[in-house]
Amino acid sequence: MNSMKKKLLGLPYYLWCVVFILIPLGMVFYYGLTDKSGAFTLENIVSITAPEHLKALFLALLLSVIATLLCLLLAYPLAMILCGMQVNQHSFIVFIFILPMWMNFLLRTLAWQTLLEKTGVINSILHFLHLPGLNIINTPYAIVLGMVYNFLPFMVLPIYNALSKIDDNVIQAARDLGANGLQVFLKITLPLSTPGIISGITMVFVPALTTFVISKLLGGSKVLLIGNVIEEEFTQASNWHLGSGLSIVLMIFILVNMILSAVFDKDGEGNFL
Amino acid sequence: MIRNTAKKIYIVLIFIFLYAPIATLMVLSFNASKTRAKWGGFTFKWYIALFQNEDILSALSNTLSIALIASVVATVIGTAACLAIMSLKKRGRALILGITNIPMLNAEIVTGISLMLLFISMGLKFGFGTILLSHITFCIPYVILSVMPRMQQLNPSTYEAALDLGAGPVYGFFKVVFPDILPGVLSGFLMSFTMSLDDFIITHFTKGAGVDTLSTKIYTEVKKGIKPEMYALSTIIFLTVLVLLLLVNRNPATRDASSGSNDSAKI
Amino acid sequence: MKKILCTILALSSAFSLVLTGCGSSGNDSNGEVIVYNWGEYLDPEVLTIFEEETGIKVVYDEFETNEVMYPKVEAGATAYDVICPSDYMIQKMIENDLLAEINFDNIPNIKNIGTQYMEQSKEFDPENKYSVPYCFGTVGILYNKTMVDGPIDSWSVLWDEKYADNILMQDSVRDAFMVALKLNGYSMNSLNKEELETAKDALIAQKPLVQAYVIDQVRDKMIGDEAAIGVIYSGEAIYTQRENENLEYVIPKEGTNVWIDSWVIPKNAPNKENAEKFINFMCREDIALMNFEYITYSTPNTAAQALIEDEEIKNSPIAFPDLSQYENLETFQYLGSEGDELYNNLWKEVKSE
Repeated sequence: MNSMKKKLLGLPYYLWCVVFILIPLGMVFYYGLTDKSGAFTLENIVSITAPEHLKALFLALLLSVIATLLCLLLAYPLAMILCGMQVNQHSFIVFIFILPMWMNFLLRTLAWQTLLEKTGVINSILHFLHLPGLNIINTPYAIVLGMVYNFLPFMVLPIYNALSKIDDNVIQAARDLGANGLQVFLKITLPLSTPGIISGITMVFVPALTTFVISKLLGGSKVLLIGNVIEEEFTQASNWHLGSGLSIVLMIFILVNMILSAVFDKDGEGNFL
Repeated sequence: MIRNTAKKIYIVLIFIFLYAPIATLMVLSFNASKTRAKWGGFTFKWYIALFQNEDILSALSNTLSIALIASVVATVIGTAACLAIMSLKKRGRALILGITNIPMLNAEIVTGISLMLLFISMGLKFGFGTILLSHITFCIPYVILSVMPRMQQLNPSTYEAALDLGAGPVYGFFKVVFPDILPGVLSGFLMSFTMSLDDFIITHFTKGAGVDTLSTKIYTEVKKGIKPEMYALSTIIFLTVLVLLLLVNRNPATRDASSGSNDSAKI
Repeated sequence: MKKILCTILALSSAFSLVLTGCGSSGNDSNGEVIVYNWGEYLDPEVLTIFEEETGIKVVYDEFETNEVMYPKVEAGATAYDVICPSDYMIQKMIENDLLAEINFDNIPNIKNIGTQYMEQSKEFDPENKYSVPYCFGTVGILYNKTMVDGPIDSWSVLWDEKYADNILMQDSVRDAFMVALKLNGYSMNSLNKEELETAKDALIAQKPLVQAYVIDQVRDKMIGDEAAIGVIYSGEAIYTQRENENLEYVIPKEGTNVWIDSWVIPKNAPNKENAEKFINFMCREDIALMNFEYITYSTPNTAAQALIEDEEIKNSPIAFPDLSQYENLETFQYLGSEGDELYNNLWKEVKSE
């Protein structure tokens, strides 16, 4: 009786799952696998091999991989330093490094546009100092910069969480047994923080791969990423079938990423939450 | 010694990287000249213009009401779902949690598009309602994922003891179970609220005429050309968040007692 | 934790209450009219006057390009009452049965619109049944006199390596191809594969020189000296010159696009009568004048033209050009869904290069 009631409590959510998660996803698959007349076709998915789509996908992969690696390189030392600080300090300092995440995503991107533009802040300062200007706005470099800036906190947090869970006694024990700093790092710290790294990579890679906003605002519409192609198929070309087909391809990449992270992070320890 | 200096320098560099852009926006919001290249004197006029701009104010009000309603609804549905999921067998639980993961791990653009297709096929009128439904959809998983661990730590005997002692199921739940899962519920609520505030992509695909959230409003404004009002808006948002979080972090001891140090580091 | 929660709850509910309080004032219950217009394409003051005079609440939404507007109307997820597309897009909407016939009995102010513009509209609306002209103009080059050598008179300047990284192109498929097609002496409504390939190659060759593909931002970027040369609608020229006196607008000698943007009412409009009231209001001479002075796009409203006080603008060749002196002027035509797809695919090839 009691467990019956408990099961009923879940009904609203189960219903919600079906209506707002499964059916919509099913519709993406339906549109992706049919043509305008409603007949089954693989053409929309195969069209990823068209040179213009392939280029956009390749560029998106390249930029998001670079951005993810940069985030990792910047975030790992930062998380380690933060972890090594005294307890009463660290809540405030961690807070400082997470704070920008609370700023509106578009305003953060707008800030870089303001800084990087030809007559923007950085160039004005460089000009004033009689230094050569910095011309990276509307290039892939600006997009990578925007990605790193926007997604860095998503990398810092899980790594920091994983590192702070490492028992000091383990490290102490390793030292007592004669391990040097590098050995401790390679044999203990790094393996124990892998779940955090993996989760950070997922949290940065997926939004970076699929973004269309950063490339639009910082790329001057000159750099076409796969996210832009999909967005434009829906909002400009009104070709839902092609847009859905390309979305399915995108989901395959996300799925691969998820499987990889599941393999490395079996216990879900590095979970963001 | 050198190590410590190196660490400090590194921290300062990252700090500059994170805050220089925000600081620039704040400085420019007081710049009387419209161009960024010149300093035209100190002014508050962009703030005045901002508060006279009804479109931005109504976008702000939409953003806050959507975030509030969406996170409350998501918290209620999500917490109830957690109770139910706990009573499921292993396989059912894995299935539901798997589905829960979809909106979190899938690309936002795909979630946005799929919801847009759904609403169009249902013949819904795009507007406040469709944005709200989509926000609830992507908020529930955050609630479930922060309530579930708390739920798993519960000792079922305490609840049963309460029932044995004559408490009704509802009374027993609120007296025994709820206090234990409360920190999880709260952090789920906060996560939802933040995610809803910050969302642009999903809103972009599900919004209708005349209904804007701050994010979509900023996007349209930025595409028309950068207006100094946007700098003023950034400054206000940043300061609000800063003050709010400072207030909360002012006294770490009480915070740790109420929610455990881990939760606060996560949000 | 609890404290954040309480603060957030209190603050946000207080905010929403205050804000909704502000928003709902002055809203009489005479229904609403949902307007879908180009960005910065009317004087916002005009909407306030309309609301005060009629008691109809205006719900206002903006689009960037015709191509962004069309799918929204086609999907029908948002039912608009009045839209302001350009010529070829109106033709497309008529052919795809998306527009309602306007009841001109409700639009007595149509008398203010010059007959030549109604005549011109027949190219896309053969019986003048669906559209009421709002603005017209050309597409040309806006350049900064201090940043270029000598006067400019040809599209070819957009391919001049001297101006690398100083060129702003239009980020919309038809406008971009128009420039490339005209440069090569072709019709901008071409469906000839070879001509289009040539145009595409030209656009790809131009891409490294282009600073950015933009739409509404051309205006601010040119005013802010961000670029030397930009492709722009004639209506922006007067405004930008007011803000930055070094700017000059020119219609290139190879010819260009002459366009009309007109008010139309979609078939699924929920408030058709209010829509007609709105269109009629926009045709009133004093209102048309207000809009003209604010957006500086040429108005086909001859009654409003007569009211312009500034002689310089009244006789300005930019605002009211004598088009007979130019050759190779054309108006966009709808090229059918296959034509659309062809252009879209070529444009995607340019963008992904």
